[in-house]
Amino acid sequence: MRQLFASAWVIARRDYGATVFSRIFLLFLLTPVFPVIFGGVFASLGTGEDQAAPRAPLVAIATDAPSARMLVTAHDRLRARLGPDALPDLARQPAADGAGAGERLLAGHDRGYDAVLTGSLDRPHFLLAARGPASLADDVGLIVDTARADRALGAAAPPPIALGTARVAAAPEATARDRTGVAKAGQTGLFIILVMLAGMSLSTFIEEKSNKVIEVLAAAVPVDAIFLGKLASMLGIALTFVGVWSVAIAGGIIAFRPAIVMGLPVPAVGWPVFVALLIAYFVGNYLLLGAVFLGIGSQAGSPREVQVMALPVTMLQLVLYGFASAGVAHPDRWIAIAAAIFPWSSPLAMIARAAELPALWPHLLAMLWQLVWLVLALRVAAGMFRRAVLKSGGGWRWPWMRASR
Amino acid sequence: MTALAVEAHRLVKRFEGQRAVDGIDLAVAEGTIHGVLGPNGAGKTTTLRTLLGIIEPDEGWRTVLGDDRPMRAAPRIGYLPEERGLYPSMQAKEAIAFLGALRGMTLADGRRRALDLLEEAGLGEAATKTIRQLSKGMAQTVQLLGTIVHRPRLLVLDEPFSGLDAINQQRLEGLIRAQVAEGATVLFSTHVIAHAERLCERISVIARGRVRFDGTVAEARGRLPQRVQLVTRQADGAWRAALPADAAADGRRFTFALPAGGIEPVLEALIAGDAGIEALSIERPSLHEAFVDLVGEAVPQPDMGELAP
Repeated sequence: MRQLFASAWVIARRDYGATVFSRIFLLFLLTPVFPVIFGGVFASLGTGEDQAAPRAPLVAIATDAPSARMLVTAHDRLRARLGPDALPDLARQPAADGAGAGERLLAGHDRGYDAVLTGSLDRPHFLLAARGPASLADDVGLIVDTARADRALGAAAPPPIALGTARVAAAPEATARDRTGVAKAGQTGLFIILVMLAGMSLSTFIEEKSNKVIEVLAAAVPVDAIFLGKLASMLGIALTFVGVWSVAIAGGIIAFRPAIVMGLPVPAVGWPVFVALLIAYFVGNYLLLGAVFLGIGSQAGSPREVQVMALPVTMLQLVLYGFASAGVAHPDRWIAIAAAIFPWSSPLAMIARAAELPALWPHLLAMLWQLVWLVLALRVAAGMFRRAVLKSGGGWRWPWMRASR
Repeated sequence: MTALAVEAHRLVKRFEGQRAVDGIDLAVAEGTIHGVLGPNGAGKTTTLRTLLGIIEPDEGWRTVLGDDRPMRAAPRIGYLPEERGLYPSMQAKEAIAFLGALRGMTLADGRRRALDLLEEAGLGEAATKTIRQLSKGMAQTVQLLGTIVHRPRLLVLDEPFSGLDAINQQRLEGLIRAQVAEGATVLFSTHVIAHAERLCERISVIARGRVRFDGTVAEARGRLPQRVQLVTRQADGAWRAALPADAAADGRRFTFALPAGGIEPVLEALIAGDAGIEALSIERPSLHEAFVDLVGEAVPQPDMGELAP
């Protein structure tokens, strides 16, 4: 046992060093920056044209002059409270009298009115252009209502009240729905990181196979140790990546927008435990997937075969994610329990559970369960490698290998 | 009886129904140089890999340095595979230290000894160069140094001379002898007979998955009768009857195996028949001839580069 771990350590140290202390790793580490930079560049390029595009609807006020004045006052008052985008813009026009005057205004003006209000406050008449949104009638109705109320109250109208703001420090008790949101977010975040990082372990054996070091390794240390070492180094690389970005993002949030954290609903197990479980399940899921991918990748004879396997393997992850997320809304339904029991979806299902239910013992159980399966997966992968690649033990081989030799 | 560094009994290894190793017995005494000879595809590499525990035999058993599970003895074994392999981006001294670490050394010890070994081998300035920057021969030397960095008790070398030039072959022979002088045991495979002839105390000749011969080089040669070369002045005469029936005649030149009764009766007949002896020689067969005879088929001659010592 000691020899196993000592050998695995030698392999892991070499793999980790060769990956992390290389120039290409910096590129790998910076990869998530690129979408952000490109997003920023495209956004800044786009703003020039897009600024005018989503303008507020424009309504011509062609009522009699007193009504128009009161409407504009009411509009200003409402807008001061609701913000600039909530209500349509108003444009005062001379009172339109006579049949068809409103229609002519709608049709004629260069700028293009979306609606025209004629008549008076007592008898308003609203015309909506074909392209005008239907909700415009309600918006204009609110302005007319306010203007009429103001007129009725006159000087008795109470002045606008200034509400003092008292922020509550503690987040309110999270509702079940909020927690489902945290559960989904935790699950999705975990899944995205896993999709980005787990695929790497498919190709780790190609290096040793192409430069023939595998023969030296297999002669010196047990195959189990090679697999364990490779898996540990992959985990180390992934944790380095996640660690750097977690620190950067957490630092950024604390430095610039601490309010984001304050507003989040608290997961059922509490934040410290949730974060600890997030890390633990990331490790668990990464190792479980990594063991399988390592096993699959070790069977590949060439980089081409690895490339071909990349897609099915990603699909497999999607299926697991779908399975785990099916139970998020109801952590005690059979599908959620099944996802928690099936080892490869268990970490994703359990992190959702941590957001929703406070009990801690199922997590201990789940981690032990995942560990058992990790050991099994590694042994099977190493066994398959011994048999099919080193051709030890029985003569069993993959069908395509039989064909090609 | 000295202790055995390697012992194998009736090893069998099948690949897809074919028996690549078909009941091989092997006994390598401690502190000796033992050669495994055989034509290409005879099962030499499979035998060595089975001995090292890279693959498990289908039948039979083996003990290596007293352990029936070779992997447990791994820290005391050094192995140079036929297909050499190092990480190209590693520095030479790091590569040697890594190979040592695989066999249980600490990296720090490995690096220290790597520098000493490289210095001894005249590659001191290559220590911090990456494998990629080294010539093929230098990289091979680096791997060989990595094979002995942990002072193994047993050194297993699979075709160690292939791909080396004459100078480096000479060096390698020196290195093998030095290891044995320090008490190590060396087991190596080759299809180039000259190396085995010079180095080995004992050889095992393997062909088609079986051991065809096991013993000393002299014993291997002794299996074949000595050859007689005779050149006479007369082409024919009554004396011809004294020559063995299977003597090959080429004009006045005759070649035949030394008869069981010795050369004297033949000589008497030649003198009595006035054949006129121009030349007569009795030669020990070479190991090459013995090898061909043992393997039972023509062995392709190695190219000159490999033959030259």
